Amino acid sequence: MKLKLPNPGLEGRIPSHGELEKMEKEEAGDRPKWDNKTQYLLTCIGFCVGLGNVWRFPYLCQSHGGGAFMIPFLILLVLEGIPLLHLEFAIGQRLRKGSVGVWRSINPCLTGVGIASLMVSFLVGMYYNTIMAWIMWYLFNSFQNPLPWSQCPLNANRTGLIEECARSSTVDYFWYRETLNTSEAIDDAGGLQWWIVLALVAAWSVLYVCCIRGIETTGKAVYITSTLPYLVLTIFLIRGLTLKGSIEGIKFLFTPDVNELMNPTTWLDAGAQVFYAFSIAWGGLISFSSYNPIQNNCERDAVLVGIINSATSLYASISIFAILGFKATTSFNNCLQANIIALTNHFELPDQNITVENYGQWFEYLNQTSPGEVASLHLRHCDLNTFLDQSASGTGLAFIVFAEAVIAMPGSQVWAILFFVMLLSLGLSSMFGNIEGVLNPIHDLNLVPKWVPNQLVTGIVCLVSFLVALIFTLGSGNYWVEVFNGYVGSVPLLIIAFFEFVGVIYVRGMKTFSEDIVFMTGKEPSIFWKACWMVISPLMLMAVLIAYVIIQAQQHPNYFAWNPLYELFPQTEVKPYPDWVFAIILLLCVVPVLSIPLVFVYKLIQRRLRSSSARTELNPYCNDGFEVETREQKKRRA
Amino acid sequence: MLEKSLFLLCFSSALAKQLCAPDASDGYKVRLSIRTALGDQAYAWNEDELFLFRATLAFAMRNRISGQQFEVSNIIVCDETPRVSFWFVVTSPSNTSHLVDKEEVEEAIRKSRNRINSAFLLTDKTLEFLGIPPTLAAPVSPDTPPWLIVFGVVMGAVGAGIVVMLAFSVVQKKRKKDGKVVDEAVEEETRAKTTDNGAAGDGVYNMSFSDDERFTEM
Repeated sequence: MKLKLPNPGLEGRIPSHGELEKMEKEEAGDRPKWDNKTQYLLTCIGFCVGLGNVWRFPYLCQSHGGGAFMIPFLILLVLEGIPLLHLEFAIGQRLRKGSVGVWRSINPCLTGVGIASLMVSFLVGMYYNTIMAWIMWYLFNSFQNPLPWSQCPLNANRTGLIEECARSSTVDYFWYRETLNTSEAIDDAGGLQWWIVLALVAAWSVLYVCCIRGIETTGKAVYITSTLPYLVLTIFLIRGLTLKGSIEGIKFLFTPDVNELMNPTTWLDAGAQVFYAFSIAWGGLISFSSYNPIQNNCERDAVLVGIINSATSLYASISIFAILGFKATTSFNNCLQANIIALTNHFELPDQNITVENYGQWFEYLNQTSPGEVASLHLRHCDLNTFLDQSASGTGLAFIVFAEAVIAMPGSQVWAILFFVMLLSLGLSSMFGNIEGVLNPIHDLNLVPKWVPNQLVTGIVCLVSFLVALIFTLGSGNYWVEVFNGYVGSVPLLIIAFFEFVGVIYVRGMKTFSEDIVFMTGKEPSIFWKACWMVISPLMLMAVLIAYVIIQAQQHPNYFAWNPLYELFPQTEVKPYPDWVFAIILLLCVVPVLSIPLVFVYKLIQRRLRSSSARTELNPYCNDGFEVETREQKKRRA
Repeated sequence: MLEKSLFLLCFSSALAKQLCAPDASDGYKVRLSIRTALGDQAYAWNEDELFLFRATLAFAMRNRISGQQFEVSNIIVCDETPRVSFWFVVTSPSNTSHLVDKEEVEEAIRKSRNRINSAFLLTDKTLEFLGIPPTLAAPVSPDTPPWLIVFGVVMGAVGAGIVVMLAFSVVQKKRKKDGKVVDEAVEEETRAKTTDNGAAGDGVYNMSFSDDERFTEM
């Protein structure tokens, strides 16, 4: 089944198999290529494995029934994630172009898909690198003793701690006040925070120096950035297992709650996580695989990258939750200690008579003998599960929860530095793919003249992104990052991925695509791949997209604001987005994908005009009476 | 005589007890957590330790108010508990029935807090004077924030990296251009060689075609 779209000149745009083999041998110097297979695999793994594996997956796993979450995750991984990966690898390797070039080759009407990828990559890159800037800020601040987020600063007359810090916590204060200096609402811009601007400069400079010569430099950088996270996770796992309470954390993570499987949100979250974890539809993967030699087994690569990505998510969850279990146990002990001190002081018992071990017995005894007094103390009820439940995802996990855990570990500076270096590596390797997804289409669209060197184009892209990303260094910057994260990096990607399926399977044709894969890997794609590509994966994408839009449309979108004047402070205040922000959200969702229909219509009109004008124009140099036989047709005749 | 002195003693101790009572207006409650602070090396709290406390407090008062000779007997302690907490009041050396003001006592304790703590091997947290919050130590803030130093190091490394990479690219381009010029020169030479075909001169002269037929015959 093939969509009949007008597609003249197809043979001219896509080199045939024979021409490809010739190109391999002759034009080897022109297009950049990988030094070896390891570099390619490490780059793809680094691109896919990002911050989401560390701070989104453990949270999802724990909040959707622990071990039971693995079932929808693995099912959707096999049916949705790996087929999508295989598709992008195969089409990039076959057509030897970046995202815009690939879709333009298949059919010029589909160029909009590539342009949409370009815009999404550009927008996502801006806020993603701002998160890098925050990580760098924390990294820079880890080189001091004691860690700045372990203590509250004193107030003006040195009689006590600053009120905002005393009411919330030291880590909250450091994140919301000393790092972000966040304003109370998204309307309140708050001015540029110069220290975050400096961190942003550092983030973009580090990215520029790594991407300055394209995959030549990133290919070397990924040896470190893609392998370092695994090393650090292992160190954290070993250290975590030696700390008290870590086993409780791991047990809590994996305790299966099979009832969660009935909840559709679980499946939606699993589908969304699989999709976003693989960095599909950004255009970076297509670019990376286009630098491969033509006879490369892309099927094996896709399966390998998919499995490694999921295994990394799982491994990271174990490490993270070992540390979080330790943190929960520490908080639980602190809670008990506070109660013990209150009881000891009130009842004038010798100190250290009540300990953590015999607290239960003492509490029973005192409650029986003088319940009124015990009640008047307003003791906090300490439950380990409540503390274990206080997990978070996203920036909250890294900068608040984990930072707090690190303070409690002996030798905090080392652990803090290791943790933030790991986050930096994870994010940096994802940014490499992002930048590739922006630069390659610019190249393909011939937006810059040929004489401009690549280093300058990269520099200009980094500079422009930096200037626009200054929005995120305002007082309200954190809220804007949430806006971008929630809306740019979600719906447009799903739509682009859907059109990728349509473009490859239905416009290029399943038969032609299968022949491509036979030529590249030497064997026909099995019925599993065909079934997934044609029916199962697009259906799942559609389901995730529709479910997501429905859930978003059910309520007016709101955000969590940090407002010290809020009555329930230190809880975050739930505020609705003002109308102008809502309009911007809609723009962010719609504008990237708008290019798909716009370019489609534009190209159709262009072709209609060209074909109508060709009839009236007579080219004195071209006599249609004599058709020049192309080499192709000669070969076919012979 | 004996009865008089006994009566005075009882009277003074009774008076002292009246001066010192829990929630006394000019008194403070003290709480010690010796086992929390010292663990295995904790000492037992007994009369002698209490004597040391009263002596230390007398020292603190002397330190604050110069001229007045506070004695151990001026520090009156009551309401001792197994917690190791008690109340104390300070009487003026000139008039033993008159208590020293609360603010004076607080100032004295604040001034000599460190000495009092170290006499008992305790800290601000484990030797508490309820109602006198300890002056918090200011956090050490270095002149240059450390993060700025690390930032400078990173930016320096990145800047050096950028310069090296750009220089490398320029050098490489120049080398490629020189290489291309050399290649082109070699190509031209070979081309010139190939146009020189000396074999064309060797052959048999074909008589059928001669110059006689320049003028066509009519």
